[in-house]
Amino acid sequence: MIFEDEPVPGYPLPILPGHTSPGRFERVLRAGQFAVTAELAPPDSADPEDVYRRARIFDGHVDAINATDGSGANCHMSSLAVCALLTRVGYAPVMQISCRDRNRIAIQGDILGGAAMGVCNVLCLTGDGVQAGDHPQALPVFDLDSMTLLETARLLRDEHRFLSGRKITYAPRVLLGAAENPFAQPVEWRAERLAKKVAAGAQFVQTQFCYDVPLLRAFLSQVEQLGLLDKVFILVGVGPLRSAKAAEWIRTHVPGVHIPDQIIARLAGAADSALEGRRLCIELIQEIRTIRGVHGVHVMAYRQEETVAEIIERSGVLNGRVPWYPGRDQRTDSNRIAS
Amino acid sequence: MYAVRHWSVRHARGLNAFYNAFERLLVALHPLWSFIGYQRLERPVAALERSVKGVLFDCRMCGQCILSSTGMSCPMNCPKNLRNGPCGGVRANGHCEVRPEMKCVWVEAVAGSARIPGGRDALAAVQVAIDRRLQGRSSWLRMVRQRLGEAP
Repeated sequence: MIFEDEPVPGYPLPILPGHTSPGRFERVLRAGQFAVTAELAPPDSADPEDVYRRARIFDGHVDAINATDGSGANCHMSSLAVCALLTRVGYAPVMQISCRDRNRIAIQGDILGGAAMGVCNVLCLTGDGVQAGDHPQALPVFDLDSMTLLETARLLRDEHRFLSGRKITYAPRVLLGAAENPFAQPVEWRAERLAKKVAAGAQFVQTQFCYDVPLLRAFLSQVEQLGLLDKVFILVGVGPLRSAKAAEWIRTHVPGVHIPDQIIARLAGAADSALEGRRLCIELIQEIRTIRGVHGVHVMAYRQEETVAEIIERSGVLNGRVPWYPGRDQRTDSNRIAS
Repeated sequence: MYAVRHWSVRHARGLNAFYNAFERLLVALHPLWSFIGYQRLERPVAALERSVKGVLFDCRMCGQCILSSTGMSCPMNCPKNLRNGPCGGVRANGHCEVRPEMKCVWVEAVAGSARIPGGRDALAAVQVAIDRRLQGRSSWLRMVRQRLGEAP
């Protein structure tokens, strides 16, 4: 899908009626397209080219790029900086904000700063505990939680006020997102937790890795019963598993990832487990897209980001649509000038 | 105490009923508290609250108690201080991501709230951001003054 007013890097798009952000990601979602987002692993480097290289890998296959905020409690380039670099060339980043490292004063400043630099999507997260990362001796802040972070961001955007009540002269125009993990305990309360997040301001949701479709279906039918399907865009988390060993490591070491035994058995039984992992991911995407209430997928391919394009391509979810990337419309632009 | 904390969640219904009666009594005694002076009462009442709720709930004295909304499972025992529900890292056995030996306080809260009349609805209410200035102060005295419209 090509909008006639595709973004010129550094210039905001107009906000369409009923939209809260000038972003391309919100336009794709509200246009009813099946959206694709991917996670960019921020570099352990101060070189902007490291960010652009990691973003280019997704060109033409994703609608938005998530910039993680110290994911797994490991130190990397900040999500705000990654987003600022990405918006400079026109990408649509999703700025992840975790409550682990900053208090409400810093976070509100970052939301304003991010929006000023063209960030149109903010994902509000609690964050992994510091024990999970490479700095376990650090102070866990957790001044806000994901729910009060959502409320705070909505207050900034809709009421044009800080939490303190002080006025903002120009509010951040952002689409607010949250995370949900339908596969973690207490499973029976996860849909209600999502309802709470929607009440707090979440407009889209990106879930944890899904390797258990029956559990996802059960979750989504509960979400439907709560009347949430038309209130929130749900993007289901997917990702390729490299091997049975890697899958085993992930499910024991990464908090909140649920991988059923039969998935691990299938990988272990395959001749080429990495290929099987990608095939499994494609099958999961194709099955997930048919479930009512799913508006897209969020691909997390940590350290195998180069596989994302192929996975999306072969899954066919974009239906021939080519999401915008820097340079996509150069030909049409020159045509426009010529005529 | 960890074992007592679990007992309290199992008896959430009774404890909640007791607390409701206790709350009414505290509010009714406002003239007395007013006569003695809330300022003067703050330290002894906070000390009493700390010892009673410390034993029953491993209370952390956040000063803005929401136990009735969380199935009598104190959310401040969550290593991430989550007051609005569990994080996404809860283990398959219902234990905490950060402290694997501890049961997730929110798994407990969901179980406890099912025992309290209207508990699930209370759980669904979004709690506002915590006020860190109230740490260590009595939430009982604050509650009385809130009920009477004297405190925010």
